[in-house]
Amino acid sequence: MKFKGGVHPAYNKDTGALAVEVLPLSTRFVVPVSQHLGAPGKPLVEKGQAVAKGQPLSEPAGFVSVPVHAPTSGVVKSVKDFPHPMGTAQTAIEIEADGEDRLWEGVAPVGEWRNMGADDLRAAIRAAGVCGMGGATFPTHVKLSPPAEKPIDVFILNGAECEPYLTSDHRVMVERPADVMEGVGLMMSVLGVVKAAVGVESNKPDALEALRKACPPDLDVDFALLETKYPQGSEKHLIYALTGREVPAGGLPMDVGVVVQNVGTAVACLEAVRDGLPMIERVVTVTGPAVKQPRNLLVRVGAPLQDVLDFCGGLTDDVGKVIYGGPMMGVGQHSLDVPVIKGTSGVLCLRERDVALFEGGPCIRCGSCVDVCPMGLVPSALGLHAERERFADLGGLHVADCIECGSCAYVCPAHRPLVQHIRRGKAEWRAVQKKLQEQNAKVA
Amino acid sequence: MFVSIAVLSGLGLVAGLGLAAAARFFAVETDPRQEEIADLLPGANCGGCGFAGCNDFAAAVVKGAAEPGACPVSDEATLRTIAGIMGQALTAKAPMVALVACQGSEDAHLRKKYRYNGVATCASADLLGRGDRLCDYGCLGLGDCQRACGFAAIEITEMGVARVLAERCAGCGLCVEACPKGIVHLVPKAAEIHVLCSNHDKGGAAKKACAVACIGCKKCEKLVDGAGIAVDDFLAVVDYGHAPTDPALVEACPTGAIVRLTFTGADAEPGRPS
Repeated sequence: MKFKGGVHPAYNKDTGALAVEVLPLSTRFVVPVSQHLGAPGKPLVEKGQAVAKGQPLSEPAGFVSVPVHAPTSGVVKSVKDFPHPMGTAQTAIEIEADGEDRLWEGVAPVGEWRNMGADDLRAAIRAAGVCGMGGATFPTHVKLSPPAEKPIDVFILNGAECEPYLTSDHRVMVERPADVMEGVGLMMSVLGVVKAAVGVESNKPDALEALRKACPPDLDVDFALLETKYPQGSEKHLIYALTGREVPAGGLPMDVGVVVQNVGTAVACLEAVRDGLPMIERVVTVTGPAVKQPRNLLVRVGAPLQDVLDFCGGLTDDVGKVIYGGPMMGVGQHSLDVPVIKGTSGVLCLRERDVALFEGGPCIRCGSCVDVCPMGLVPSALGLHAERERFADLGGLHVADCIECGSCAYVCPAHRPLVQHIRRGKAEWRAVQKKLQEQNAKVA
Repeated sequence: MFVSIAVLSGLGLVAGLGLAAAARFFAVETDPRQEEIADLLPGANCGGCGFAGCNDFAAAVVKGAAEPGACPVSDEATLRTIAGIMGQALTAKAPMVALVACQGSEDAHLRKKYRYNGVATCASADLLGRGDRLCDYGCLGLGDCQRACGFAAIEITEMGVARVLAERCAGCGLCVEACPKGIVHLVPKAAEIHVLCSNHDKGGAAKKACAVACIGCKKCEKLVDGAGIAVDDFLAVVDYGHAPTDPALVEACPTGAIVRLTFTGADAEPGRPS
């Protein structure tokens, strides 16, 4: 099935055929305690302490929180604020590597997942610090813990990778299909579901074929080649494309009996249980016209971005912008002193001339954004209300359902910064709602 | 023609009598003092008193729900008149003025973290890594406070920071609410020593971001023995309840984050000294 709306940006998946190479070990790592969506973890180590590869560096603070681990062996040089890819300085643990890459004694296979209970599996996945590797980094154990009143009957593996330029998921599917499918089996057993579906965009048929071949015969899996259209990889749109089910406004996939996980997450879950290995490395696509040798790299979490770029031949002289993630939803970086973190699916380097600077004009009421909004919203109206700070009106326009995919801003002929308007509107609308709730609570 | 005139006149007479009757029987009783007070108020409907506009405030005063002196905008003579209408004595309230706790420096203004090409409001820019300034705490200079001000009392300086024109400022506090960084404060007009910085970073980091940042060295705190000024989380904060007056504080500050400003009297300076 095809979802309404969406756009076709230039996909530029030039690195799709490049095998994953291993980035040589850096001498210094910076591991932020907040690399997931949710409460940042509390640091467990202090300055001067020796740590080994895979040793926990923080403990989770609350249920929606996961620990981070040492990417290699070495000594903790400091625990303080460092530049974070999200734009502000955040607490991180700086490690000086000793080059031995010694494994922590606590890293050992947890067990054979087929013989383990769901709670033990969830605990192992959480202890390994696994969070969604598609980029949103939502803690995986939370997604694998749906409440009893929301029965799950379909597990969906997200291999769409609809962001332009990015090919890290593509390479994982092509190079490690058996691990991906075993990870799928593992997560299905956690959820107690017998049916799974795999969705891959039609621009990477080799990936789907590899997964199909690697699928164990006892798994009931539907393989679907989906239309290549942005944002095919959005959870809600993937669910619709594969099952025809619509996640209700304000709802979650579990409201329609579905849990969606990314291919990288599937491998991370398997490694967490089979090898006891925490999430300390990931595949990163380093690409774009402003990097000399685009590559797919296996990078330890916490490795400095500069090391990653140096291994790719460095940046060209006319570099204009470096983005974590893809061009549609990625986060522009203002410093190269940031580390690679769990959610870094790609590093996109654009030249000055690729980066268009627009002066946004008034809305011309053409309706292009309405046509492409995959959530069926009216971005023009959302943008206008947010711009005029009429935040209370945004609720009626379903601002909370905006997935910030950027399709509206991509097509807007007036170059209105719609996503920025809506993102602020969403935050302010939530603040208004919270205030109202507090007032109501006081009255009641 | 006479018929037309007679019919229209008749209709007019009936409607007029109807209105006259309605005005008598459905009249809303208002205290005449309310109108009197509302006429005296500035009519800017700024909301600085905490009520929804000047009329609402006047009604509250008449009902006894508000102090006659609670309008932050009116001058003392007007407030005295209002209190007189209510037959009350004016409870004196220290006049307040808005102050932007950021001076900005040329260097910090020119060196930016990134090129911001987005919605030209502070609140929007603040969401992108807390803005394009090197200092995460300082003024973004996109004028959210300026647009909120109903008295045209805020200007953006060449350094790209907001500055309050004290002689125009009514102390209503709308700018305080509009600032996403929370660096605009209402301070007593009589206070003279102010810390014009909001940076909570440690000394080195603060200094790197801006030449006139408070580095939390505590020299000011030691000078007055913590009376009226104290460093909290690497930032000196004035306790306006016991505002310090010692001009030596200004010289004691190694970065120039502490300044002396006079908002009242004949030599009132409109903003900060050069």
